[in-house]
Parts: sequence; structure tokens; C-alpha cells
Amino acid sequence: MSTKGPQVTVTVQRGGPEGPGRKQQFQVPAYGSQTVLDVVSWIQQNADPTLTYRFACRVGMCGSCAMMVNGVPRWTCRTHVSKVLQDGAMELAPLRSLPVIKDLAADMDPFFDKWVSAEALHHPTASRDDPIAPIDPDAPERVTASAGIECINCAVCYAACDTVANNPDYLGPAALQRAWTLYNDSRDGAHGAILDAVTGTGGCQSCHSMGSCTAYCPNGLDPLSAIAGLKRAATRRFFGKGKG
Amino acid sequence: MKAIPRAHPLWLAYILHRLSGLGLALFLPAHFYVLSLALTDTARLDAFLRLTDYPLVKLAEFGLVFLLAVHFFGGLRLMALEWLPWSAAQKTWAAASLAGAFLISTTFLLRAI
Amino acid sequence: MSEFHLYMAQRLSALVMAPFVLVHIGVMIYAIQGGLSAAEILGRTQGSVFWFLFYGMFVVAVSIHAAIGLRTILSEWAGLRGSALNITALAIGAILFAMGAQAVYAVTATGAA
Repeated sequence: MSTKGPQVTVTVQRGGPEGPGRKQQFQVPAYGSQTVLDVVSWIQQNADPTLTYRFACRVGMCGSCAMMVNGVPRWTCRTHVSKVLQDGAMELAPLRSLPVIKDLAADMDPFFDKWVSAEALHHPTASRDDPIAPIDPDAPERVTASAGIECINCAVCYAACDTVANNPDYLGPAALQRAWTLYNDSRDGAHGAILDAVTGTGGCQSCHSMGSCTAYCPNGLDPLSAIAGLKRAATRRFFGKGKG
Repeated sequence: MKAIPRAHPLWLAYILHRLSGLGLALFLPAHFYVLSLALTDTARLDAFLRLTDYPLVKLAEFGLVFLLAVHFFGGLRLMALEWLPWSAAQKTWAAASLAGAFLISTTFLLRAI
Repeated sequence: MSEFHLYMAQRLSALVMAPFVLVHIGVMIYAIQGGLSAAEILGRTQGSVFWFLFYGMFVVAVSIHAAIGLRTILSEWAGLRGSALNITALAIGAILFAMGAQAVYAVTATGAA
């Protein structure tokens, strides 16, 4: 497959749920503004059609194409190859801390199951027949909630976190951040249930504030501070103060 | 260590806090044992304490005081980060903790020599 | 005791220890000057209600703090789970407290000096 011109050496982790299989090397033609996802697609279309990976939007909105690139979790559709190459080469693997379906496609089920365990789902206080509740965008709680709502569920934070890697019960940064946004949402009707869920086994208290979630979030969100917010709320409740 | 590609200042602060805590916890039984000799065998306690005249033991003591200071400041940093809404300055805190720890343990070393 | 209660106990024992650690480091810097001897240490501490309470509370707090910290490390780095984890952590706390209490008794409670 090698043609003339600059090449990128790409090592890809292959294998299915039975565990990591062999690593396979590909020579991929390099060109300007090439993304990591472009490289993976080139391999699948030109070198090995059996390579399995996942993507949808290609513009950083859907959160489905995240992988480990040289040991660091990244959204591959918005990651330029030139930014991550090490000595003209890069190594790709499925997201850390998740089961593998095949090759570069991780099984996202545990990630989303933990969102439910964290009560990181809306608890309605009104029905469609009620008038729309006015929301002041500048209210402090709304500002706090708004800081975390642009999460695209890509699981980069989950794969970056060593606590997730070492503690299978830990709910993880994304689920806890969503729980924090709902805890601060005046339209959510179960703030107490959220606080119960995020102080249960594997809850916010498991976090060691290493901040890899915030350091690697491709959308520039700050789950570390959201989890600190939950710890603060839970501590206030422990001393009989605050809501929930 | 697979985690090294993801090392960054706050991660380093986390690993330093964990390793210093682990080191202190492992040192504690020895510390308690030597002190309890005061009751049973004062001569042996004195023998242990005279060991502290050796430069190598002084260096080890410096290490222990460093562990204590770095764990102390790292812990204060952690509680400030978790319980006080000051999250923007985390990196500065991590750096300041290290500097403070170094200052204190170095003072100890200079006095000890 | 839930994980969250352990978290609170970890933080509260840390807060209790914060002033103790500062005094402890200060005493070390002071005591190390001119070398260490059993007579010097015991002369300061024996029969002193202040140092008995100081080190007594320090030992209680550090036993709790270290046991919870090691419990986390054993769980995350050694894969210990369930009752094996809790019994080990409880044993660590009990052993540290017993050894620490013996040390505090040895250096403060006897009226030899």
C-alpha cells in the first residue's frame, strides 16, 4: 500500500472482548490537516477492511470516535495527526477502562450504566401541559449548571482517570458532572436522590482530584470542579446544612 | 507505569500525596516501636537516637520530614480544592505545596547538620 | 460505615492533625539541634499532661487517617475488596493505635523523670 511521499507509521491494537490481541502496523500516506480519524478511515478503506472503529459526525459533536492515541484519550475527529506524532509514528488503542467490542471500538455500556447509577438523569417537576418555567440564565445555580452541560459523552475523561482504572465501582467524571448539573437545575425534582446516589459506593468521595478529566476533556469542561461541588454539597448535608 | 503518558501537574500532586502517605504509614510502626523503648529499654532507645548522628540517617530523617511536610501541604491543598470554591488556582496550589514542603524540610536539614 | 462516612472521617482526622503536624515539625526542628538523647526527650514529655493529650489525640487521629488511606490504596492498587478489605483496614487501624498508645504511654505517662 505504500506510495511515494511522506508516510505515517501507525500501530493499531487489534482484538476483541477476549483481551488485547496483536498490534498491527500500517504505513499511511501523510497529508496536510489530517486527523487521527482520517488515518483510521484510510486504513479501513485501503489496507484492512476488517478494522473496526466507531465514528459518526466527524465534527466533534457526537462523541463517538474517542480512542487512546499514544496512551492519551482523544476525540480523533478533531485531533490533528501533526499534533500527536512521536518520531513520525503513533499508536492507537481502544478507550482505556472499558471492555472492547473489537479493535478500536470500546463497549460504552458500563460508562452509560454509571450515568443512571449516579441519578444523572432528569427528574421532571412538570409535564408538557404545564407552562414553561422561566429560567434566569444569570442565576448562580444556573451558571454552575450551564458550565457542565456541553458534555458530548465521549468518555475521554473516563478513560483518562486513574481512579476509574483502579476502582471498578467508581462512577467516573462524566456521570458525576451530569449529576452536578442536574443538582443545580431548578427544574430537577430529586436533588436529594442525586446526592444519595453520588455519595453511595463509588460516588464522588472516590475521586482523588488528580484532574485528568479536566486536563483531557476535549470540550474544555471541568468535571474536577463539578465533582468538588458534589463533595461540598455532600459535606454540607453531612453537617445538616444545605439542600437535599 | 502506563499512566506516565498522562502525567500533568495535578496528577503529579496526586501521586506525590499518595506515595508520601504510604511512606508515612509504613514508617509509623517503627516510630512507635522505638519510642515505646523509653518504657522498657532506655539504653536501646539512646542507641537508636545516637544513630541520628550519622549523615545517612540524617538524610533519611530529611526524607521523612519531607514526606510529612509534602503530605501536610498536599492535604491542605486537597481540602481547599474540594471544600472551598477556589478551583481556578489549583496548579498554583500544587506548586506552592511543594515549595512549602521543600522549605520546611530543608530548614530541618540545615539545622540538623 | 459507608464510603462517604470514611471520606468524612479521613478529612476530619486530617483537620484535627493539621495543627499537631505543625507543632510536631516545629518540635523536631527544635529538638534536633545538638543531637537527640532519650533523657532530653523524656525530660520534656514525662509526666506532662499537655504532651500526653497532644500525642494521645495525634495517635487516635493518625490511626484513623492511615487506616482509611491504606484501605483506599489496598483497594485501588492491590485489588482487595469486600470484607477482606475492611478487616485488613480495621486491623491496620487497631495495630497502629495499640503501638501508638504504647509509645505515648512510654514517653509521657511514667513519672520517672
